[in-house]
Formats: sequence, structure tokens, C-alpha cells
Amino acid sequence: MEKQEYLNLYHQMVVIRLLEEKVAELYQQGKIGGFLHLYIGQEAVSTGLISTRRPEDRVITAYRDHGVAINCGLPAGGIIAEMLGKATGVSGGKGGSMHLADVEKNFWGGHAIVGAHLPLAAGLALGDQYQGNAAVTICMFGDGATNIGFFHEALNLSKVWNLPVLWVCENNQYGMGTAVERASAVSEIRRKADGYGMKNAVADGMNLMDVREVAGKMMEEIRAGGGPQFLEIMTYRFRGHSMGDPERYRKPDEIRKWEENDPIGIYRKYLVDHQIASEDELNAQDQSAEKEIAEAVEFAENSPEPAAEELFKHIYVEE
Amino acid sequence: MARITMREAISQALWEEMERDERVFILGEEVGVWGGTYAVTKGFYDHFGPKRVKDTPIAEAAIIGAAIGAALTGLRPVAEMMTINFAFVAMDHIVNEAAKLHYMFNGQMRVPMVIRAPGGGGRQLGATHSQTPDAIFAHFPGLKVVAPGTPADAKGLLKAAIRSEDPVLFIEHATLYQTRGEVPEGEYIVPIGKSTVQRPGKDVTIVTYSKMLELSLKAADELAKEGIEAEIVDLRSLRPLDMGPVIESFKKTNRAVVVEEGWPSYGVGAEVATRIYEQAFDYADAPVKRVAQKEVPLPYNRTLEQMALPHVEDIVAAVKEVL
Repeated sequence: MEKQEYLNLYHQMVVIRLLEEKVAELYQQGKIGGFLHLYIGQEAVSTGLISTRRPEDRVITAYRDHGVAINCGLPAGGIIAEMLGKATGVSGGKGGSMHLADVEKNFWGGHAIVGAHLPLAAGLALGDQYQGNAAVTICMFGDGATNIGFFHEALNLSKVWNLPVLWVCENNQYGMGTAVERASAVSEIRRKADGYGMKNAVADGMNLMDVREVAGKMMEEIRAGGGPQFLEIMTYRFRGHSMGDPERYRKPDEIRKWEENDPIGIYRKYLVDHQIASEDELNAQDQSAEKEIAEAVEFAENSPEPAAEELFKHIYVEE
Repeated sequence: MARITMREAISQALWEEMERDERVFILGEEVGVWGGTYAVTKGFYDHFGPKRVKDTPIAEAAIIGAAIGAALTGLRPVAEMMTINFAFVAMDHIVNEAAKLHYMFNGQMRVPMVIRAPGGGGRQLGATHSQTPDAIFAHFPGLKVVAPGTPADAKGLLKAAIRSEDPVLFIEHATLYQTRGEVPEGEYIVPIGKSTVQRPGKDVTIVTYSKMLELSLKAADELAKEGIEAEIVDLRSLRPLDMGPVIESFKKTNRAVVVEEGWPSYGVGAEVATRIYEQAFDYADAPVKRVAQKEVPLPYNRTLEQMALPHVEDIVAAVKEVL
């Protein structure tokens, strides 16, 4: 990687962190409606993962989608505007926090029914296979999604048809408030891929460089026609499941232990220790990220509401 | 015009569209090597090959979900549900994904796919394999639902569905596959969302679709012997629902019977009757009557099953009630 690329990845993680802190604030002010699922603590997962993709590779994820949207190149202003329900939101204010997308950037959403987007991911990959595109579909989901039927149907189909998909389980150790071992027959989630004869690996989701290395290798193997693979990324969300989470299921000690293991801090230390970037350079990235988020919020807050006629638009392509 | 069966009409539409457009492909349980459980895709696998005629695992959510994903990439999948009863297993993908993505992502995504699903009762398949749940699917904005009653409409509507930019549920009635009818030669399309008058008359309007069209036509023949001229409006599409010909007919006859095979509660008849009252209340000379299935899960026993299903004599009796 070139130095600028290292810095870009750092910048992306800081933007995600600041965006999430900001939207939590906006949510508490009542400016964001519905549900809000924060990505704080999981930044290195999608930042490392998405850094391995080419523009032709498709990305699809679940409802905890703010971070991956940033990594896919969606503007923070359009993301925040979407959460505020504004016309300038990436989904025109019709999708909300859980339904961010930008098809031009090959980011296919933001899907809010647990596990339901996995069969869609198989279909995206089928589309590329059918059309002879050398593209990989990256499909991200939480540990909770691996207990639903859609997961098993999609993994099975992808293997039977040798589809170019990288299945990525973000194991943040809780499906809402239920710990993995209380909900999943195997707590090493990647073992489920063994049941489909699928090559699998684990990466440390607190360590961007580890995610990048493991995912990068898998992406190339899939791109070469090797069929689907399964990557389990161990991570932890520092906040509750959503903003409405009373958090009765985690002890403060557990949260503190993981917070000391902050993915942004770890990557920052890596860059300094390896003399890739200086503290001053990284501080400058922090400042530019702060500026970017401040501008994004201003843009979003000053954006117009959708026009009334938008209500009946896009129900069908052909009315 | 050739006189062909409903099965042949559907098969021709699929074949012609696959020949016309490389993006069209079929996926489903036993659609390939087997040739389709109702033999609709017989010969397709040998001609088009495994890339375009894809046998799937018995996994309906994966079938519909993968079809949606492929449609998002610009392909035009035709997904087959072995029966419409199995579509319940894929309900999330039909209603929460296929019907929502275009709207929810502000027009960024398009889902140009067709779901073919045979259904209906009368074959002693028991309660789980005999349903006519058309109205349920017609409930959701974002999904188009068509259910042809003649081979000509089946061919023209299926072609329209495959060419549509929107997701279309194409409901076939399994007991109509052998039904013959005139089908125009060569290329033609029946637009989605257009009802049509299948038989003109002046005394009463019978509103129906799919299998019940066949029964309604027979009922009209019976009624004609007694000098009653029934006008039959075939809805053909349940969503969008074209009430134009229904209202026009009702304003002329002032009486209507709605005939559907499914259960009456919250059904097609309930919807059509309400719209008649909303749009033409002053023209009514009698309450709109519904003919539908008895409100029971369909039993296996042939006699009991037939007791539960609507018959020609039920339609005749209903017409006499509104006259």
C-alpha cells in the first residue's frame, strides 16, 4: 500500500466514528426517527474488508450499514441526510438509517430483515457469473443472521452453483442482546461453513491490517473462480444493539476490556510504530474528518424535505 | 389462430422470450432435467442449456432471493414456484424485498423478475397444496399480480411480465393447463393491468378471473337458456386492478356477482364489491354478491373438497339472487 492509502483507511475509520457519535446525538435530539444501529467499535471490519475490493465488486450488508456506506464511498452528507429523512439523502429520505444504498458505487444496501439479503447476494453473484464479469460480491451480516434459514439456503446455493461470493460474518458476539453461545449451536460461527464444504477463515476485527490481509487473499481466490468462501471477523460493538437498547446483558468490565482494544487506536499505533505516518499527520486526518462531518451535518440539516409527490413515486418503474 | 393449451401457451411465451433476450433465464425446482413438474419447461434444458435453465435446491427463499439479486444486476429471471403454496416459504423475499427495493432505495434498484406459480384447488392435494391465495399477494404495493384465464391471455401476459421492469407474480391455475383456446400467431403482448370483457351481456355483470372465468362462462351459457344475458369481465390482473370495464358494465347492468376461487374474507370479491360501491353506488339495483370458496382448509376427500369449491350452479344461483 502507498502511504496515502494507509492514511485514507485511517481517515475512513475516523469519519465513521465521528459520524456515529454525531448521529447518536442527532437521534437523542429527536431529529432522527426509527431505529439507529451504530457501528462504533466495528470500524476496522468494514474498512479493512472493503479496502480489498475493486470497483466492480458488489457490496451488500445488513441494517448496521453506516460504516460500510462510508467505506464504499457514499458521502457523509448524503448518509446523514438520509437519516434525517431529507430529499438529499442517499435513498431520497425513503429508506432511513437501515436502508442506505448507492448502486453507482456498487453498494447494494442496507437490508433490515435479518439474513434476508443473503439470498440476494447469491443472486448478485449469479448475475456476474451469468454475464461473465470477474467480480466478487461481498456479503456482510451479523452473527445473529447465521441462525436463520436464509443463511443456510444462501450458503448452500452459492456452493452448489460455485458463485463468486465472500460471505462475511461480523461476529460482534451478540444478536441484539443474546450472546452467540446462547443462540448458536456452534460458537465458532465459521464452522457452519464447513457444513457446506466451504473454505473459511477468521480475522481479528479490531485489527484493520489483519482483516485486510485475510480478506484480500480470499477475494483473489474467489475472483479466480474458486467459488464462495466464508470469513468470520471477530469484533465488538461498543454501543448497544440500537439506540433503544437498555444494555442489561453486558457487564461494564466486558465493555471496558474491548474498548481498550479500540480498532482506531490499534491502527494508529501500527502506523506510528511502522513509521508510516507521524502523530502530526494523523492528527491532521482527525481534523479533516471532523471538518468533513461538521460540513455533512450542516448539509443534511439545511437540506429540504422530500416533496409531497415523492410519496407515490417509485412504487413501480412502469406505472 | 392456433388452438393450443394453456400449458403450450405459457411454454411458447417462455421459449420465445428466451430466444429473443439473452438476459431471460429460468430457475426453480425441477425446471431443467425433469422438464417442469407441470411439464411447462419440457425440452428447455436441452435447447437452452444449464446456464439458462437452472435447477435449484428445494429452497424457495433462495430461489426468489437469488432471482431478485440477479434482476438487480440487469438479468430477467423467471423463477418458478412448484406451487403457489410454496411461495409462503419465500414470502419475505416476495413482499419485503421484491416489492420494496425500487421504492425504498428511491428508484436506484429495479427488480425486473417474474415469479410463476401454479395454484388452485380441485385436485385432492390436501389443505397445504390446494390454496388460491391470490388476494394476499395482491395486497402489496410494489408487486404486480396477474392471473390469466385463457391461453391467449396467458401467453400475452407472460410476455408482458417478462418484459416488465417490475416484479410480477404470474399465477397459473393448475387445472387450466389442458384448457384449449385460440392464441394469435406470432408476436403479441397483453398489457398488465387491463381488465377485459370476455362475454357481452346486459342483465348482470359477472366479475371474475383465472379458473373461475371458465366456470363463469359456463354459468353464462346456462343463464342464456333462461334468457338472462350475463356480461363477464375478466380482471386478468389483480394489481394493478383495472376497474374501468367493471364499472362501465355495472352502470349498464346495475347488478354484479364477483366470482373467485379463494376465500371470500378480505378477498378479491370484497375488494371489487367495495370499489363498485365507491365508484357506482347510485347505479346499484341490488347488493353485489360474492361467490367464493367455503371458509375451510381444503380437505382431501373428493366429495368434501368439491363441496368447498365454487361451482357453476353457485354462480347461476348468485346471479338469480341479484336479479
